[in-house]
Parts: sequence; C-alpha cells; structure tokens
Amino acid sequence: MADFLLEIGLEEIPARMVDGAREELARRTQELLTRENLIDGGSATGFSTPRRISVKLSGVKASQADLKEEVTGPSTKVAYKDGVTTPAAEAFAKKVGVSVDKLTKITNAKGEYLAATVEKKGRGAADVLAELLPKEIASIYWAKNMYWRAGKPERFVRPVRWIVAKLDDKVVPLEFAGIKAGAQSEGHRVLHKGEVKIFAPADYAETLEKAKVIVSPADRKKRIEKALDAATRTIPGARWRADNALINTVVNLTEYPSVILGSFDKQFLSLPEEVLVTVMRDHQKYFAIEDAHGKLAPYFLAVLNTDGDPDGLIRHGNERVLRARFADAQFFWETDQKIPLKQRVEMLKNVTFQKDLGSYYDKAARMARLVDIGGADFDRPKHKIDRNASHEAAWLAKADLTTELVKEFTELQGVVGGLYARAQKLPPAVSDAIYDQYKPASMEDYVPRTPEAAMVALADKADSIAGMFALGMQPTGSKDPFALRRAANGIVKTIVEHGLPVDLRILFREALAGYKGSAAEKKFVKLDEYENAITAFFRERLEFYLKDVRGFAYDEVGAVLAAGSDRVTDVLTRAEAIATVRKTPDFEPISVAFKRIKNILRQAKEAGKLPAQEFSASLAAEPAEKVLADAVKNTAPRVTELRKKHDYAGALAEIAKLRPALDTFFDKVMVMVDDGKVRANRLALLSQMLRDFSTIADFSEIVTQTEK
Amino acid sequence: MSKPLTFQELIFTLQKFWAEQGCILQQPYDVEMGAGTMSPETFLRVLGPKPFSVCYLQPSRRPADGRYGENPNRLFKHTQCQVILKPPPPNVQELYLQSLQAIGIDLRKHDLKFEEDNWESPTLGAWGIGWQVMLDGMEVTQFTYFQQCGGVDLDPISAELTFGLERLCAFLQDKESVYDIVWARDPKTGGEITYRDVRYAEEVQFSAYNFEAADVEKTWEHLRLYEAECKALIDGFPVAKKSETDASRYPMLAAFDLCLKCSHLFNLLDARGAISVTERVGVIARIRALAVGVAKSYAEQQSATANEPAVAAGKS
Repeated sequence: MADFLLEIGLEEIPARMVDGAREELARRTQELLTRENLIDGGSATGFSTPRRISVKLSGVKASQADLKEEVTGPSTKVAYKDGVTTPAAEAFAKKVGVSVDKLTKITNAKGEYLAATVEKKGRGAADVLAELLPKEIASIYWAKNMYWRAGKPERFVRPVRWIVAKLDDKVVPLEFAGIKAGAQSEGHRVLHKGEVKIFAPADYAETLEKAKVIVSPADRKKRIEKALDAATRTIPGARWRADNALINTVVNLTEYPSVILGSFDKQFLSLPEEVLVTVMRDHQKYFAIEDAHGKLAPYFLAVLNTDGDPDGLIRHGNERVLRARFADAQFFWETDQKIPLKQRVEMLKNVTFQKDLGSYYDKAARMARLVDIGGADFDRPKHKIDRNASHEAAWLAKADLTTELVKEFTELQGVVGGLYARAQKLPPAVSDAIYDQYKPASMEDYVPRTPEAAMVALADKADSIAGMFALGMQPTGSKDPFALRRAANGIVKTIVEHGLPVDLRILFREALAGYKGSAAEKKFVKLDEYENAITAFFRERLEFYLKDVRGFAYDEVGAVLAAGSDRVTDVLTRAEAIATVRKTPDFEPISVAFKRIKNILRQAKEAGKLPAQEFSASLAAEPAEKVLADAVKNTAPRVTELRKKHDYAGALAEIAKLRPALDTFFDKVMVMVDDGKVRANRLALLSQMLRDFSTIADFSEIVTQTEK
Repeated sequence: MSKPLTFQELIFTLQKFWAEQGCILQQPYDVEMGAGTMSPETFLRVLGPKPFSVCYLQPSRRPADGRYGENPNRLFKHTQCQVILKPPPPNVQELYLQSLQAIGIDLRKHDLKFEEDNWESPTLGAWGIGWQVMLDGMEVTQFTYFQQCGGVDLDPISAELTFGLERLCAFLQDKESVYDIVWARDPKTGGEITYRDVRYAEEVQFSAYNFEAADVEKTWEHLRLYEAECKALIDGFPVAKKSETDASRYPMLAAFDLCLKCSHLFNLLDARGAISVTERVGVIARIRALAVGVAKSYAEQQSATANEPAVAAGKS
C-alpha cells in the first residue's frame, strides 16, 4: 500500500474558484482509483492555495489484481471443418494469445462456441494514474477558462506551471498541459527562495510549510482568525466584524497569511457606514472593526500574503490607499448633494435601462404608474400605505444611478439613493422605500421593510420581468443574464412576508400595459404567450419557495398550485392548511377517493361519455347516491363560506367529512352503467364534487400510502 | 536608503528592464486614445502568428475622467507603460516581479497578491483573462492574457502588462497626490520639477474643453467624417486583397488611425454630455464595427504577407 500525492501548480487561481476545484480534484482522483480497483475505501484529502490544488490518498495498491476472464470466440460450426480447425479458430486463438489446443468450448443460448480463458495482468498504479489522471484533471469545472499555449491545445483556469505526482517516493510519469510531473514543487513567491522537493506524500504539508506555504485552507483560516483576534485585542472593547464570505476569499488569496491593523482618520466616520464598509470589504478586502456599542471604529484589518510587516511599510501603504478611497467617497458624497435627487430624475433620460426597453426615466415613470395602481388596490385598513410616498419613491428610486458615488460603488445602488433622500430631508417613508428597492438580494436577505418599500420593489422587479418576457428574453436553463429568477423569488418572498393581496396575473398584465405606446412595444414578440409564460415561470418560483424555503412536501405543493397560483399569499395559506389537515385520519382516504373520481371522469371522457349538465336528485336510484348528493349539497356552501373567510383548514376538514358518504358510494354504486341518463347523472355528481372541492387544493395530487 | 525614482527615472528603468528581456522599445502612438491597449502596437500586433514583444508608453486620454486638476488621483490624461509579450514566456510572472524589484520595490517588505480581474472591451471586440496585481492594497498592474481581439481568436496568446505610471510613482515616492510626484531632479542643483509643474495646466484646460468648450456639432461632424473614411477603407479591402501586391500596401493601418479618432471623439462627446441614450448604444456599435472590420482585414493581410520581422522576448 502506498500514498499518492498530486499537486497541480498554477498561476494564481481566482479565489472564488479554488474551493470547488480542490474538492472536485479530490473526488475525481478517489473515484478513478476506486474504479480501477487500486484502492479499498479510504478518503482523499484535498489541499489548496492560490497557486496549487492538491490531493493526497493513502492505501493505494501497487497494482491491480490479475484477472481471469473467459472470452467467447466464433461458433464451433465455423471454427471446425471436418474436425479440423479453420482460419477463424486460428485467428481467435491469435487474438486472445493462446495456442489453438488451449481453446475450450462453451454452450450458451445461441449454441456452441469456442472460448478461451485469458489472464488479464493487473496494471501498476503508476501506469494507470499516468494514463487516466490527466483526463480527470482536464475535466475539472472552472467558471472561466483560458488558452495560453501556442496552438491552443488545452483550456484551463490559468497556466499550469508545475506538477508533482508521487506514489510514495516514486514519481508518477503523468503529463498535463505540456508539463511533466516531477518531485519539484514551489514555495511562497517571495518568502522562499530555492527548490522545494517533495520526497514522499506523507511529508507534503510539512515540506511546504518550511517553504512558507500552508497548504491546508482550514489551517490558514484558523491562523487568519487567530491573527484577526490578536490584532483587535490591541483596541479595548473592539470586535472585528465577522464576515464568512470575506474570510473564505482571503483564505484563497494567501499562501502564508498574517494580519495587520490599520487606522483611518476619524473624520471619515461622518460618511454613512454603508459606504465605509463597502469600500473596506468589497474593494479592499479589509475587515471592519466596531466598538463595544457596535458602532464602526476608525480601524481596519488587512490579511496579508506574507509573514508580517516589521517596518510598518505595508500598513502605511494600505492606509494610504484607503485614505484616497475614502477621500474620493467623501468628495462624491458632498458633490452629489449639489444636485438633489428630484433634479436627477430628468438626467435618467440619458441612462439606458435595457437597450430595447428605453431609459431609466421611462422605467421610473412605469414604476410610478404601477405603484399607483397597486396602492389603490391595497389601501385598505389591513395594508395601510402612504400612496404619495410610494409614488414619489418610485419616481426617485433610480435617480442615484446618476450620482458619482454609485458610479464608483455600483453595489451601493439604492442604498445611496436612500441615504441621499434622507440627507435631503425627504419623508422617511420615501427614503426607506428607495433604500430597500433592491431587497431581497437573496432568499436569506430581508424583504423591503415598509409597505411603501415593498410596493416600489415589486413594481421595479415586475417591470423588468414583464419587459424581458415581452421581448422573448425569459431565462432558459442555466441562462438568466438579467437575474430574473432572483427578481421573481424576491417578488414571492416580499408578497408573502408582507401578506399582500397581490394577484400576479393582474400585476403582470398592468406591468406590460406600462409599456403601451413606447418604442419598446415594437420589439415585443409572441404577446399571446406572455401570460402563460409568466404563470409558468412563477409556478416554478413558487414551487421552489414552498418546497426549498418553506419546507412543504412536494405533493402538497403540487396539490395547492394545481388549484391556482396567482395569489401568492393565498397559495401559502392553502399550503399551510393542507399540511395541517394532512395529519387527520380522513385526509388520506379522501385523497384516494378524489383520485378515483378524477380517473373515472377521465376514462368516461375518453370513452365519449359525458356528464349531465347538472345532477338531478330525481334520477338518483341508489340510496348511497342520494346520501352523497345530500352531503355534497350541504357541504358545498359551508366550504364556500369557510373559504371566503380564508379558513382553509376548516374548509378542508369539512371536505374530509364527506369520506363515509363517498366510501359507501364507491362501495354500492356503479358509475359507468349502461343506462345513459343514470350514468350521466352520476358523472355530473362527481364532476361537481371535483369542481367545488378542488379550489383549495387538488387532492388527487397528494401521494397516498398505497402509492408509496 | 537611496531616493525613490523620479517619474522620468521610473520610465527609463522600466524601459531598460523590458528592453533587456528582448522587447523592442516603441514610442507612444501619436493619435489620441483611451488606453495603451488601443495602440496598434497592441491591438493589431497581437493578431496573427508572428512573435512580437514590445514596451511603450502611452498617454491615455479619458475626457470624462478629467477633474480640472483638483482631484489628487484622477486625470484626464495619464501615462500607461504597456508591455506585450507574444507569446508569453513560461516565467512571465517571474519577469514581472523582477520588473517591480527593478524599480525599487523590495518585495520582501511588501504584500503582493494576484487577484482575478478579467479585462473586456466590447467596443474593441476584445477580452482577456488575468489579474489586477495588488501591492499593499493598491492596484499596480493589470496583467492580462489576451484571448480575443477585434472579434478574432488569438493564437498565439499574448500577455499584456499595463502599469499606471502616475499611481505607481506616487506609491514609490509616497505622495498623496499625483501632482506632487517629482518628475525630474536637476543633477547639478538637485532642484525638483513636479508633475504639477509639467502637467497641471493641461489637466485644467482640457477639462474645460472636454466638459464645456468642445463644439458639439463640429465634434459630431468630425466623428462622421472619420467614420466614413475608415469605413470606405474597410469596404475597399476585399477587392484589393485579390492581388498580393495591392493587399500588402493597402492602408489598413491608416484605417485604424481613423478608427482611433472616432473612438476618442465619441469619448469627448460623451464627456460633453452630448450623447443621448438612444444614440449611445448605436455609436458604440458603429465604432465596434470599425474596430472589428480593421482587425479582420489586418489579420487577413498578415496571413497573406510576411514581410515583418519577428521580435520575441525572453530569449536571452
């Protein structure tokens, strides 16, 4: 049993791609060795730095076991003529490498055949790896690849510069991207001079640590966190702001990390915290520090790719850069204020929203129209909304796109507008709505915090989705360049969390109407498919939301969505009801019965046998039929009543009470009888049930015990 | 410790370093442009199979970036030092680090990171993969492996290194404002000439011109004229290329100058606030059509003729 090590040395890999590639290399190597019978269990350990991805495995066999394999040859009818071997038999013997007299005979279903037992010699591990591992390396997924060699023989994330491949102390002679594997690795670019030879896989991490490279990302992370703690302790009461994404980034940007504490002038604290933190985190990859009260303190922490900063030169350089950045931000903050948001709206005529959909000015006008329509609809006691504020916020929402601060820090769009609105003394309802317009950025993010903000955010997203769908540019497969799925998820989450009575069909009809008379309209295609496309798109989003975010069972989700998906809040209430009622004993039999009803109606329709217009009691011959008809008659108004009150659980419980009558009906009554009138009457009863009682959920979608 | 390099010493040193790596030293191209990448020394020479390595300075004019000399870090015109290595030697990153050492940066005392930053210019139909090189938290170099240029797939690939000299020099001299950079020091008296002495007036006057004075109608007219002439040359090439003699003397290089003119005039109109939303997309597409048209014709011209000497780096 041997240890195997593979290290692929590269020019700096993008930080965001390192983790995935490291794990994939480990998995692929392990799977290859398993597939080739060179390893029994055991697990691969992956390593990575910006300049390498590596994998180490123990328990690799020196070679594959020899195999005996029976090979079937030609039929004996062809192989012998008059008891003498023919050229066909000789050719087979030659092919499998045994002499003719060693051939045997086997009989299978098709007859008697020549056969030979062939010994397949197991190949050495080094051989197998040299042949097959390069293909695995080439298959690693990278979000973006490049060419670098003349003739462009391969694409990879960045140029490969060295490869170490060792099976214990022996080099595995593999080759990838024109680089032959050897025992030579590379140390830290600056901290280590001279060669780094890997003698055996077991020494890998230790050898590289001497060369100032910590190959385990987990170890680097610990080291960074410890160093962040230590540097922060020098400021009494202070804490560094935890930021998981940032930690992972700096782990993947460093081979031998250390941390410095820097400071900035207190006067910059007059800038909004959002701006300061964005500059530090997104642009400089610094950690922010807060004081004991959670307020931003005038310090930062930078993670270095070197062992320290004894002369303070690095701190000085970083402080200098941050000072310039903050000074810029401050300059923008002050000059931007000279033109208030209200005046900037006009400037939006020169900012393109989307090349076929016009400018942001056009978009703002459409958003204002949409919030007015929505506001009129929602302005009820339960959803009190300041309609003037939402109208004004919609008009001003995009004005910050003309500010220097947003041009410099695009990720702060919306936030900057909100901050300016506050500074320009606009009502809080307006500034908050501008601030939150892009929320939620993800399913984990918070939704717009006020009803006015929710309105503006909905209008913005609905306008984009409507325009893009009308242009025929809806997301397909993995392609969603305008992040419309995220926008739609945001719409769903916002409607639900605010409990808004939004009807998606009306919202999107109005959103499309907003484009009426614009130049964009000439570019619209297949408008007759628009409504169905939107409905299908949102059904998927709702499915995702109910299943993956809210944890409903997939059949419950299917049942609820089959009964309508336009009113999102209602969909959720119905899903909750069904999840509650599902636990009661009558629920499952009712689902079974509804499936049966659906099947009968379908088969009848296929046979051309249609239900009567209406059920008629006088045609009901069987007592069980009458009992069911009466039960339905009594239940239907109660269900309608409860449904109106949105007491879906109550309504479903009422429907479940039909169970005894239904059971008896199916026991005693034959639906598909020869008498056409009686049959049509019974079908009418069933189809009425299906119609009246599937408005909350389609029970037939529920997967019952018997089906599992 | 010796004094940090002056602005002009920084230029000498970088040029000397890259010349020693086998680059030819080229002079700045004498047509206005927004970035060193747009110089024919890069944009056209990276096309086709011939090895070519060059180092040149390129004053880069970005009318919208002008700040009347008031912002310490933003300039209408800044100086790029551009290095093209075609094909890049395997130790290209190592050479790059040596160039930093050469200008007085002791890497052992600083923090260096290569952070992903891919470059793309839709107007030039060009893109590449690479990094921004961060030194103590400041971007000192853009390092790009060109993949496509003028809509043409490249083979071999070229490595492009772009140093923003004002920023780099301010770092070396530890100045807060580029205007305080020492441009030159009198060898006899030790008297210092600053960046402000040399360039301040230019920043002020060109900001005034770009933002306020440029005559919008005439600038549009210039743009139309240059575009028409460029387009006529591109359109004439298919006929000329049928004859080998005519193909090699066909003025695609002149067509490219005209294309650069258009690009600069567009930037100027943009800074002037004279381009509306509907026009903007259209004009960008028109300039892209010129750049791509020139690149395609030039690449064809190259494969048809082979009269240029190859210049390759890293052969020492």
